[in-house]
Amino acid sequence: MISWPNLVSQLFNGLALGALLALISSGLTIIYGTLGVLNLAHGAMFMIGGYAGFVAYQYTESFILAVIAGSLFVMLLGVLMERVIIRHFYHRPHEDQLLVTFGLGICFVELVRLIFSSQSQLVPPPALFQGITNLGFMFYPTYRLAVVGIVAVALGALFIVLYRTRLGMIVRAGIEDSVMVDSLGINVYRVFMVVFGIGAMAAGFAGIVNAPVVSLTPGIGDDILVQTFVVVVIGGVGSFPGAILGGLIAGEIISVTSMFNPGYAYVMLFAAMTLVLVVRPHGLLGVQGRE
Amino acid sequence: MKYIAVRTVQLLLAASMAVTTAHAAENKVVIGDIDDMSGLYADVIGPGGVEAAKMAIEDFGGSALGNKIEFMVSDHQNKPDVGAQKFREWADRDGVTMILGGSNTGVSLAMNNVAKEKKIPFIAIGAAGASLTGKDCTPYTVHYVYDTTALGNGTAKTMVKQGGKTWFFLTADYAFGTQLQESASKVVEANGGKVVGAVRVPLSTSDFSSYLLQAQNAGAHVLGLANAGNDFTNSIKAADEFGIARTMKPAALLAFISDIHSLGLKTAQGLYLTTGWYWDLNDKTRAFAKRYYEKTKREPTMNQAGYYSATMTYLNAVKAAGSTNSEKVMAELKKMKIDDMFTSNGKIRADGLMEHEMYIMQVKKPEESKQPWDYYKLVQTMSGEEAFGKLSDSACPVVAH
Repeated sequence: MISWPNLVSQLFNGLALGALLALISSGLTIIYGTLGVLNLAHGAMFMIGGYAGFVAYQYTESFILAVIAGSLFVMLLGVLMERVIIRHFYHRPHEDQLLVTFGLGICFVELVRLIFSSQSQLVPPPALFQGITNLGFMFYPTYRLAVVGIVAVALGALFIVLYRTRLGMIVRAGIEDSVMVDSLGINVYRVFMVVFGIGAMAAGFAGIVNAPVVSLTPGIGDDILVQTFVVVVIGGVGSFPGAILGGLIAGEIISVTSMFNPGYAYVMLFAAMTLVLVVRPHGLLGVQGRE
Repeated sequence: MKYIAVRTVQLLLAASMAVTTAHAAENKVVIGDIDDMSGLYADVIGPGGVEAAKMAIEDFGGSALGNKIEFMVSDHQNKPDVGAQKFREWADRDGVTMILGGSNTGVSLAMNNVAKEKKIPFIAIGAAGASLTGKDCTPYTVHYVYDTTALGNGTAKTMVKQGGKTWFFLTADYAFGTQLQESASKVVEANGGKVVGAVRVPLSTSDFSSYLLQAQNAGAHVLGLANAGNDFTNSIKAADEFGIARTMKPAALLAFISDIHSLGLKTAQGLYLTTGWYWDLNDKTRAFAKRYYEKTKREPTMNQAGYYSATMTYLNAVKAAGSTNSEKVMAELKKMKIDDMFTSNGKIRADGLMEHEMYIMQVKKPEESKQPWDYYKLVQTMSGEEAFGKLSDSACPVVAH
């Protein structure tokens, strides 16, 4: 099954997968970088984004409205989560933070299962991007090509927020040294809330953008959580460019390994992570900042 | 405080032990259902199967041998060790008299071993692996709705006859997928076709893009889907997305009405599939489906209908035997003729296989569908022997040839 056309198409497919992983991971990494909380409910945020978009699509039949509604809903959920629960855990040990976010993730998944059952739900791709495109070396679904573009735009927007705004400056400074930012008189808690909202929104947005290429089930975020975690570790915890690089690397590893033996896709992914941890413990683009 | 906590635990333990002894002493029917309640197969069997089994117990009158029938449910999470452990626990502690095992051949094979060890009737529904009543058979196992042999004989034969000579398989990477691919490949080759490639996909994959690219490059006529549940709907969805239909025809080796419902007729139309039951076959199936629909707002899948039928058949066997004794009940089961809402001529063979008619269906075009859930048109009915093969060919060591 190994041939040039096959390899090229897998490389391309890896890019599409990687772009999506990059977007989800960037949410996870800025939350961790700023708040110091590893949000294990991030996969659930991805899933809820998909379902919120699905519900909005049912009512409006508009994909764009579904994307907007899905993203906003998850952002609000993120803000609410931070306000009500997460903020009480900033000064608690890491284990507590992991447990509370893990527990919240389970609650979200089961709540969605209660409402929608385990039955898989479908969201069709927007009419504009239906069908397939002939790329010369292969046929590829038009919507998946569009996803690469959509994700690139979303990442661009995140970049602008993080690198060209005052908020972004505070966030990046917070990743480097939150105590210093605090002592400069900046209300870090308000920033934390906003960052948590944005990070959750990135996952929710990815969830609804991804919905037309898979069927939605309540467990859809579980796999993604593991993959994004690996991406963040490979790229460097807290590093936004690292999340993008890590996402692309992970996408390629999964896609190319699948050509040889799909059972080893995860093995290779974890092998890559181990290698990075041995050679560069802070990740490819990580800096020795927090802890 | 600590003293109180310790006392409470002791009390609870003592109470549970008292209940256990009570169970063992009485001639009580205790049915346990171990199934995928939350994973990729939950939709095709899971909670809907629980509902169907409860309906059967209720229809039977709620009690047997003068005692109230007990029913317990557990989620095996598609993990063989979890399923086997629960079976063992119920056998040792709760005096379970029959286990309904839903979905996942890997889990059912593990539970099969416990059935043999504990000598407790085990009715496998939803797990397709033919080895359950083949080389891995036990005197206590019954395989109810379909198996990989029947599924291969149905869909694969039909596709090859219609010109689908070369096949590429997308296979779920565990006992079920490999057995299904194997039986379908045999049928393909026996009918003059050829298998040009296969890719083994890990269970519960959400994105099939890499695998479809490989299928696209394989240059085969037929995309054989040796998977089920959400894996099946995800692969059909991706096949549709990748425009596979331009060059290949997807063949559903194991598809359920709930899958077709999720996919929608627009995506699923024209698909050939093999089913052990369909709600709209005759008056009996429609009557059952109507009652089931009232409770769940969904039409039952063949597995969920099988859950009802199997529970009822078991209870009838207990009644006929006048006992929950495993040997006596198994002997009754193998003597019975099953004529109910599931089948009119079912029989449980010596190897444990419930032989009954199977149906080759084609999914309707959207314009052919007259009402909600009106999805299939009957292409051909296969007799039990045609579908499952002859008992004399059974690989089951329990059967003396």
